Amino acid sequence: MRYEAPDSIKAAATMLAKEKGAAFVLAGGTDLLVKMKGGFLEPDLVVDIKRIKGMYDIKKSAVGFRIGAAVPGVALGENAALVKAWPGVVEAANLIGSKQVQGRCTMVGNMCNASPAADSVPALIAAGAKVAIVGPKGKRTIPVDQVAVSPGRTSLKKGEIIEAILLPARPAKSGDAYLRFIPRTEMDIAVVSAGVNLELDAKGVIKDARVSLGAVAATVLLVPAAAKAIIGSKLDAAALEKLAAACSAACKPIDDKRGTIEFRTKVAGVLARRAVMIAYSRAGGK
Amino acid sequence: MSGVHVSTTINGDPVEFVCNADEPLLDVLRDRLGLTGAKEGCGTGDCGACSVTVNGRLVCSCLVLGAEVGGAAIETIEGMATGDQLHPLQKNFISHAALQCGICTPGFLIAAKALLDKNPDPSEEEIRFGLAGNLCRCTGYDKIVRAVQATAKEMRGA
Amino acid sequence: MPLDTHFTNQVFKSVGTRPLRPDGIDKVTGRARYGADYNAPGQLIALVLRSPHAHARIKKIDTSKAEKLAGVKAIITSADLPDLTGDDRGMKDTLENCMARDKVLYDGHAVAAVAAIDATTARKALKLIKVDYEVLPHVTDLDEALKPDAPVIHSHIFTSGVTPKPTKPSNNNRRSEYGHGNVEEGFKQADVIVERTFKTEQTHQGYIEPHACVANVSPDGQGELWVCTQGHFVYRNQCAMLLGMDVSKLRVTASEIGGGFGGKTHIWTEPLALALSRKANRPVKLTMTREEVFRASGPTSSTSIDVRIGAKKDGAITAAHAVLRYQGGAFPATWADFGAQTSFACYDLKNVKSEAIEVIVNRPKVAAYRAPSAPMAAFAVESVVDELARKIGMDVVDFRIKNAAKQGTQSSYGPVYGPIGIGPTLEAAKNHPHMKAPLGKNQGRGMACGFWFNFGGQTCVDMNVTPDGSVTVAVGTIDVGGSRASIGLMAAEELGVPFDQVRVVIADTSSLGHNDMTDGSRGTFSTGMATIAAARNAIKVLCERAAKMWDIPEDAVVWENGTAKPAGANAGSFPPLTMREIAEGAGNTGGPIAGHNEMVADGAGVSFATHICDIEVDPETGASKVKRYTVIQDAGKAIHPSYVEGQYQGGAAQGIGWALNEEYIYGKDGRLQNAGFLDYRIPVCSDLPFIDTVILEIPNPNHPYGVRGVGETSIVPPLAAVANAVSNATGVRMTHVPMSPPRILKAISAHKG
Repeated sequence: MRYEAPDSIKAAATMLAKEKGAAFVLAGGTDLLVKMKGGFLEPDLVVDIKRIKGMYDIKKSAVGFRIGAAVPGVALGENAALVKAWPGVVEAANLIGSKQVQGRCTMVGNMCNASPAADSVPALIAAGAKVAIVGPKGKRTIPVDQVAVSPGRTSLKKGEIIEAILLPARPAKSGDAYLRFIPRTEMDIAVVSAGVNLELDAKGVIKDARVSLGAVAATVLLVPAAAKAIIGSKLDAAALEKLAAACSAACKPIDDKRGTIEFRTKVAGVLARRAVMIAYSRAGGK
Repeated sequence: MSGVHVSTTINGDPVEFVCNADEPLLDVLRDRLGLTGAKEGCGTGDCGACSVTVNGRLVCSCLVLGAEVGGAAIETIEGMATGDQLHPLQKNFISHAALQCGICTPGFLIAAKALLDKNPDPSEEEIRFGLAGNLCRCTGYDKIVRAVQATAKEMRGA
Repeated sequence: MPLDTHFTNQVFKSVGTRPLRPDGIDKVTGRARYGADYNAPGQLIALVLRSPHAHARIKKIDTSKAEKLAGVKAIITSADLPDLTGDDRGMKDTLENCMARDKVLYDGHAVAAVAAIDATTARKALKLIKVDYEVLPHVTDLDEALKPDAPVIHSHIFTSGVTPKPTKPSNNNRRSEYGHGNVEEGFKQADVIVERTFKTEQTHQGYIEPHACVANVSPDGQGELWVCTQGHFVYRNQCAMLLGMDVSKLRVTASEIGGGFGGKTHIWTEPLALALSRKANRPVKLTMTREEVFRASGPTSSTSIDVRIGAKKDGAITAAHAVLRYQGGAFPATWADFGAQTSFACYDLKNVKSEAIEVIVNRPKVAAYRAPSAPMAAFAVESVVDELARKIGMDVVDFRIKNAAKQGTQSSYGPVYGPIGIGPTLEAAKNHPHMKAPLGKNQGRGMACGFWFNFGGQTCVDMNVTPDGSVTVAVGTIDVGGSRASIGLMAAEELGVPFDQVRVVIADTSSLGHNDMTDGSRGTFSTGMATIAAARNAIKVLCERAAKMWDIPEDAVVWENGTAKPAGANAGSFPPLTMREIAEGAGNTGGPIAGHNEMVADGAGVSFATHICDIEVDPETGASKVKRYTVIQDAGKAIHPSYVEGQYQGGAAQGIGWALNEEYIYGKDGRLQNAGFLDYRIPVCSDLPFIDTVILEIPNPNHPYGVRGVGETSIVPPLAAVANAVSNATGVRMTHVPMSPPRILKAISAHKG
């Protein structure tokens, strides 16, 4: 294996594109090194992008936030403006692994690992986040829900690197939240999870919402039926019940070592209901 | 496999080493530099026994490549005491019987120091979540949490 | 001079204090050397090739390509470990577990091992070894393994303990029975009978330090082994046997041990490292990965247990019957016997029967795990006891107090008890503020009792008084949790000197006689006893030397407060002689001063505990959280109370993990799916509350200081205490451990209908 740490994103993309063997991007490495240790991956080339300018930056502008690909979880939590605008996204990212893992892990890595149980992804999808991609053929931008295509596989082409996550600006009277279920209080992979982002009108009625679910299908799901269940409501019991039912109905989970179909289906609705209530309160709803 | 030459700083000392490109920092510390205080309990970031700080950030050294740390400042358990003066955390871990077998202790001390550096007055819950990345199988964590609480109090001069 | 082991009530000076542990600084500075922290000059790195199949015949192993790889120095298969075990079936099984012979018996079973100049080369070599398997049908579930159509794992195993002797081999290795009275008659007298079946999943000891060793064997037949172990003498004896070495030629040095809990009482890869070293004529380092630890070392049994208990309306138990099925992994064992023996040990029963059924499955060879087999039996029995008390309408503590064993009770496993702690721990529980504290919404309280035998065994101690009068104590039991401190305290107590005047070290196997392992909660009990004896022997020598220095008869000198004194006015008038003064003059009075003791430490006092647990259950997700936990246990005498508390807390935490989330998960393919700390979920710091402890001291009459072992009993009650708490919080009786959120949610849903 070769290790390279270029100082430009273009150079990095070129190295990845030219490599004939197995080539991987290294940012936090909290997935990559685990897979290497287990012998699941044997890279010929690892391209460390942390020496590229801007990879550690969180930039706020009128259109929102641009978060560099190498920003570790812990740095997201240290950025007061980001925490204020997107508490659900930051909480989701900060749930990945331990404090030690937080010192390294990135949301882009979480996304490119393409696990349906990735914590930050449901929150980012609910937030309507996009990613900026650089590749041999130039730049492109796609929504987060188009990155993972199946467990462990992404839509990125050879040589393409995600250089940043783009989060929109936070509208007035809006809020987001993310909840996951794990058997312990820390250190687990989500058995099932829910991300919510919603916006209220002047009267406190939900006028727009996005609800996403993790670990209940091959990729993280956006569930329009769940959003529809609460749009136009102030989260009365009937709306919450409808939301939970819509979430459970959208689940296509599997039985595995972390949970059962029955459990995931049931708890998806419970978590979505609880997350919606948090987001609603953050949006100023009463 | 060609080696990667790395210049870095460990516990304030300049250090140079050559490692394989795919070699974790933990292996470099233990097998090349003789710093065996960081332990491999899992090699996959799940136990925290290999905790060190890199540029002030708490990390699992099993999830960092040796090749990555050129120019970095690394702190390990071997650098925690100053000469013959133990760090208050080290003293309190002994006096509170916060270790039994002791294999997890270096990782706990590094993580606890990182916690107190950031938050000098943590609640019990903040301590428990702050140390959730470090597994201990002997103590049930009771005396570890108490040792950290006592240290925080002592260091605040309370 | 044989030791008078009878308990003598005395006022202690050192025992019962809490000095700083002598190995503390090494362990907080990273200097302490564990298994993997040692390297030998010129050492090779070894790796083990393991079976991906649960059950398969090895048709051929081709190592030729790997042997040709530059940097590979030795490759071994079972052919390099000829069977030298003779008629010792247990050791033959150990050999077969260390390296598969004609068949692999579980996912992770070793089939070959490589030693190379570095880990990279060794990894490459493993990939070049070609193993031709004929995959066989497998069975990993113990109840499945007992079915008539199950694949039979060993053709030489015919169930023992049944008549007539079976004509066909099966996976039911052994049946045995314990108890007394007539249970069927007893059940006839019962007003209420509760009968249930329970299941517990397989758990691992989960020590944080993977097994590691450095072996160095020379062509002249001499060898050295550096290893993390709970018993270096036993490792030596067993490895020497498997390697065909003289026991005396293999010197084993124990590293610091990063947790064992029983898992390091068995040899695993050590014979492979020794065989590789012998073949390569180089030192060989072999460290297991965490994945290997889970797949191929440890775990404890999974079980299925039927319990039936009957009682009269006044709360008197009339009969108790249990059938306990334990799997020992791929090899015969007697784990179910421990389960059966301990199952009803807390109670005074007229009619009791425990039947043990030992099962073989395609899983790793089961190892001891802290009070091995007792927690599962206690889970089943204490769950039924709880339910029975409630059905009768009696307080669960009072019901247990009414039926508790006491001095003179014939135990369910045979012996008649001396003074014991079950009653006192129950009384302490009844009066503990925890029992009266209010519970919140969705919370439940559970309690349970537990028993463990404790062991004594062979022990040997050398005590040397150095020229300045300070003392070294060389012991042969591994310090797993602070025993150097407790042994130092007992040496200081007996000699009458300050604790810091004594240094305790763990001697290597060539420097001391044979010692049994640190298991059975025997370290502080047995080595403490031998230390007291060695100290008394040393005191005798010290008094003789003082007599010489004063030129008075030996029996005219007494030892008081760490000094030699004339026995009385008739003996003469001399100022007391300190250890230092006597030691400084030793060259003129007969040479170095030492005390020794070799013994079989009989009389380990049995141990009881009662635990109380509060838990909160989220009824919508099945998530549970332990809110409060109290351990009450009899220590006999707490030598270093901080480390006694530590044992109580640590055992409780392991039991809580077992109760809630820890389990081996096997796929249909017979492979272990969660061989790592991510999905084998031991409790993390934020999962647990502070764990309160109450140390009771009911002296063991068979130890000079009254010591009972304290290490194991604390893991016995938690499964039941947590299960009773969850059952009370949810209103549903939980019968399957671990009570993971999916299982709790399913039970709640089924109950609602």
